[in-house]
Amino acid sequence: MAKNEEDKLINDVTNKEYEHGFVTDIESDTFPKGLDENVIRGISAKKEEPEWMLEWRLDAFKVWQTMEEPDWAHVKYKKPNFQDISYYSAPKQKPELESLDEVDPELLDTFKRLGISLDEQKRMSGVAVAVDVVMDSVSVKTTFQDTLAKKGIIFMSISDAIKEHPEMVKKYLGTVVPVKDNFYSALNSAVFTDGSFCYIPKGVNCPMELSTYFRINEEGTGQFERTLLIADEGARVSYLEGCTAPQRDENQLHAAVVELIAMDEADIKYSTVQNWYPGDKNGLGGVFNFVTKRAVAEKNAKISWTQVETGSAVTWKYPSTILKGDGAVGEFYSIAVTNNYQQADTGTKMIHLGNNTKSTIISKGISAGHSENSYRGLVSISPNAKNARNFSQCDSLLMGNTCGAHTFPYIEARNPTSHIEHEATTSKISEDQIFYCNQRGIDTEKAVALIVNGFGKEVLNKLPMEFAVEAQKLLEISLEGSVG
Amino acid sequence: MLKLKNIKASVEDKDILKGLNLEIKPGEIHAIMGPNGAGKSTLSSVIAGKEKFSVDAGEIEFEGEVINDLAPEERAHKGIFMSFQHPIEIPGVTTTNFVKAAVNAKRVAEGKEELTPGEMLRLIKEKSALLELDRKFLSRSLNEGFSGGEKKRNEIFQMAMLEPKLAILDETDSGLDIDALRIVANGVNMLRSPERSAIVITHYQRLLDYIVPDFVHVLYDGRIVKTGGKELALELEEKGYDWIKEEIDNK
Repeated sequence: MAKNEEDKLINDVTNKEYEHGFVTDIESDTFPKGLDENVIRGISAKKEEPEWMLEWRLDAFKVWQTMEEPDWAHVKYKKPNFQDISYYSAPKQKPELESLDEVDPELLDTFKRLGISLDEQKRMSGVAVAVDVVMDSVSVKTTFQDTLAKKGIIFMSISDAIKEHPEMVKKYLGTVVPVKDNFYSALNSAVFTDGSFCYIPKGVNCPMELSTYFRINEEGTGQFERTLLIADEGARVSYLEGCTAPQRDENQLHAAVVELIAMDEADIKYSTVQNWYPGDKNGLGGVFNFVTKRAVAEKNAKISWTQVETGSAVTWKYPSTILKGDGAVGEFYSIAVTNNYQQADTGTKMIHLGNNTKSTIISKGISAGHSENSYRGLVSISPNAKNARNFSQCDSLLMGNTCGAHTFPYIEARNPTSHIEHEATTSKISEDQIFYCNQRGIDTEKAVALIVNGFGKEVLNKLPMEFAVEAQKLLEISLEGSVG
Repeated sequence: MLKLKNIKASVEDKDILKGLNLEIKPGEIHAIMGPNGAGKSTLSSVIAGKEKFSVDAGEIEFEGEVINDLAPEERAHKGIFMSFQHPIEIPGVTTTNFVKAAVNAKRVAEGKEELTPGEMLRLIKEKSALLELDRKFLSRSLNEGFSGGEKKRNEIFQMAMLEPKLAILDETDSGLDIDALRIVANGVNMLRSPERSAIVITHYQRLLDYIVPDFVHVLYDGRIVKTGGKELALELEEKGYDWIKEEIDNK
């Protein structure tokens, strides 16, 4: 390779390291660091919340204070100082926006760089995506609200939902992930600042993909978003979630809670492409991603979680499904990539309560550099769940000799009619595979991407089309430089 | 086209090629035969640039340029193709996707535009028909669960897609039944032209009934010890290698 070509390549590769690592320079309204009752009252006041919401938050705060940060995950990190975080940060902008033209151009530019051009999407017909964008702590803009409203679909920020649909929020919030479920869910319940709310009425098939983009922008802030999605009887919806953050030397905390409710015969597909800043090559900085996601599936309902996890310094995340009704179906498809000093402990819980419930778990872990990648999953069959079935497959792909892959499957079968299968493989990208690709003219970086995409194919195929392409690119970028 | 000048090569400190000379002109087909362990597969890996094989002396010259220091993919871009004796499995990557990536990587290296999906599809259809490959085969994971014959046909299909200047067929006939052998040989023959050359490494003269070589070389103990026309292959088939070994070892 010619010298200048080589320089260019090196330059490209190093610059591509984390392409969402820009900071948007827009004025924001940020609380001082620290957490006490007054901060929570402050958040609630900023949001103009009703009294019951404030009470709920304060109760959660009390619970949180009695809890301890969990340390059973296979990850090591310096525990965050919860008094050194600002719990509210909002881009300053006009309170009521009539149209996208009124949105801060800097902000729009941010979205363009993230690959989501709101105005473009507004013009798009046919396959459309409705987007709710959450920047730092507040929801900035929800597109397509009107189109959706015609079908009776509610898709708005959770703050708006608290004001406009309090009865629904009150009825369902915290029912799938109780406040006291864990340390981070309690914290989130106390301080969540925004997120998305979605309700699909009985029998309605949501005509477009619903999507939320989360971005942490301000320094020293945590992001605590809350998503509540309810699919009424026989409703169908596909929901996408994407996340990015700027490059910072400090660790930023992201502790979200997502609750999904699928009533009888409903079908929810929830896809995530998580690309929070993973820290630099030496493990400095990066987002702590401590997230609780759980769904409840009633009779014959179906929940399908798909996640592509490439970002964050530390990930602690187990999107789970409670198969409550007879015939409910739960699926979990996951690709988790760790490189450099990233650590991920991720998996799922499938809790079988109903008869003839069925769950499928496909987990693909890819580790490179000095990273640690763990799958942790629970399949639990209750004594009353007759003829429950589970199939789990956990595959790990290792690149190099300094990374780790771990599998922690827990199985609790309390009904003799249940049928559980678990398969696991560990493989390495072989030199022969790389040479084979090289000989065909495919360079090593591209060869790795090809092999990794092939490895993750069963999961990538589950993503909606427009996300699949993005996810494949992301895998490529995440693993750049991982093969010497 | 290809000149190997006094090549000495080793793998894990074991000397395999011990001063090998070979010149291949455009349009020529050279067969390399020889007993097991003579260095036949090392020779193909050295030309293709596999890192594990260290070239300790000598020059590999391709179209007038010394390519000793070029990466395997750069050699591929220049038009060197190797059909593997044991094609590698890549789970989850379809044959179609793999060959698309290969064809486009080569085009980009040549400063050409990538093919559009439509153009690619047409090319794949045309070339797969030559090798009597059906569509289902192309959407299966590369070499995964393929029979020996399917793997070799797939190698030749990739060769047809990439249209190399120099093709190295490393024991392409091993594991092939007579029908597959004919299909593979047809594929190779269709690519014959005054500009294209091939090195055919084989144990058996059977393949050379279908792919008729201009020269036959005997490789023994890391050197080419005998060169002849296609009749040499017949002689080897009949008499084996012992007479050559004796000739050399007695010198």
